[in-house]
Amino acid sequence: MSTSDTLTNPSHLDAHGEDTRHVHGHDDGLGAAHGTFKGYLTGFLLSVVLTAIPFWLVMGEVLPSKTLTVVLVLAFGGVQVLVHMVYFLHLNTRSEGGWNMLALIFTLILVVITFAGSLWVMYHLNDNMMPLTVHEARNLP
Amino acid sequence: MSTPSHTLSGALSDRFLVREPHHPENGTLLGFWLYLMSDCLIFAVLFAMYGVVGGNYAAGPGPADLFDLKLIAVATAMLLLSSITYGFAMLEMARDRVGPTLLWLGITGLFGLAFLGIELYEFSHLIHLGAGPQRSAFLSAFFALVGTHGLHVAFGIVWLVTLMLQVRQRGLTTSNRRRLACLSLFWHFLDVIWIGVFTFVYLMGVLR
Repeated sequence: MSTSDTLTNPSHLDAHGEDTRHVHGHDDGLGAAHGTFKGYLTGFLLSVVLTAIPFWLVMGEVLPSKTLTVVLVLAFGGVQVLVHMVYFLHLNTRSEGGWNMLALIFTLILVVITFAGSLWVMYHLNDNMMPLTVHEARNLP
Repeated sequence: MSTPSHTLSGALSDRFLVREPHHPENGTLLGFWLYLMSDCLIFAVLFAMYGVVGGNYAAGPGPADLFDLKLIAVATAMLLLSSITYGFAMLEMARDRVGPTLLWLGITGLFGLAFLGIELYEFSHLIHLGAGPQRSAFLSAFFALVGTHGLHVAFGIVWLVTLMLQVRQRGLTTSNRRRLACLSLFWHFLDVIWIGVFTFVYLMGVLR
């Protein structure tokens, strides 16, 4: 059933008002593509805070420990990604019948394997290389 | 008179009584989401490459010498602002108001252009310093990762302008709403990738 059919035939619309609204709701909903003003504002304010804190931590050299700063910066980045997913991308377990979430989880697994695997393999590769010659050692960065 | 009602009841019994509450009417958004996930894998590989060779400076300059965090903070602000203005465009679209939708889309495009301008300025500055992509493995990986993101933003702006022309000519039709929803996902997705870039490349690079 196309929208133009519905619009040009009023009796059709009356007879199946509920059906039409059902279909229209799906077209408009577009997989929960648009949120609310409050939602966007909440997401934006959270993002501003979650961006400002790590920049402040690094630029102001607030913490004496570098490791702690790195961990905090990564943590804030992770939380901000979640905020964007929820408030801007409107991701939830119900959109598109759960397929969005399933694809995302699958992708995240692949990302973790790619990322962690690359780092793991390449660093071990460096460790297991043959001993450096004097010439190579001098040219190390 | 009798023929239409006959057709109607026939159609009613044949086609209109689908009782499933949540079957997807249109798979475009799911398909676009799958594209975004594959794009996510491209970025994962680029991030992994940067993670592996990001410390290989070849006796050249490192992140702490090169990156200007104030500039990156401004670029991040541009992208964040463009995200919420795109959200406002989507809200106006939901209210069926063409003018305000176009206005917010235009503002989004300007913020996107500002972001791109800052990034191009940074790139030209680095190349001018002799820290181009050919200088070290670190800089190759940096230009590949950040450049790919910037290329996405550039194509997003092209898409945005195209859709603004479409909406101005044909209004907020069902097709245009679907396209705007896809671009919304794309635009916010690029913001998510940028979070990874400024966290992993810039902030952690300066800390390294």
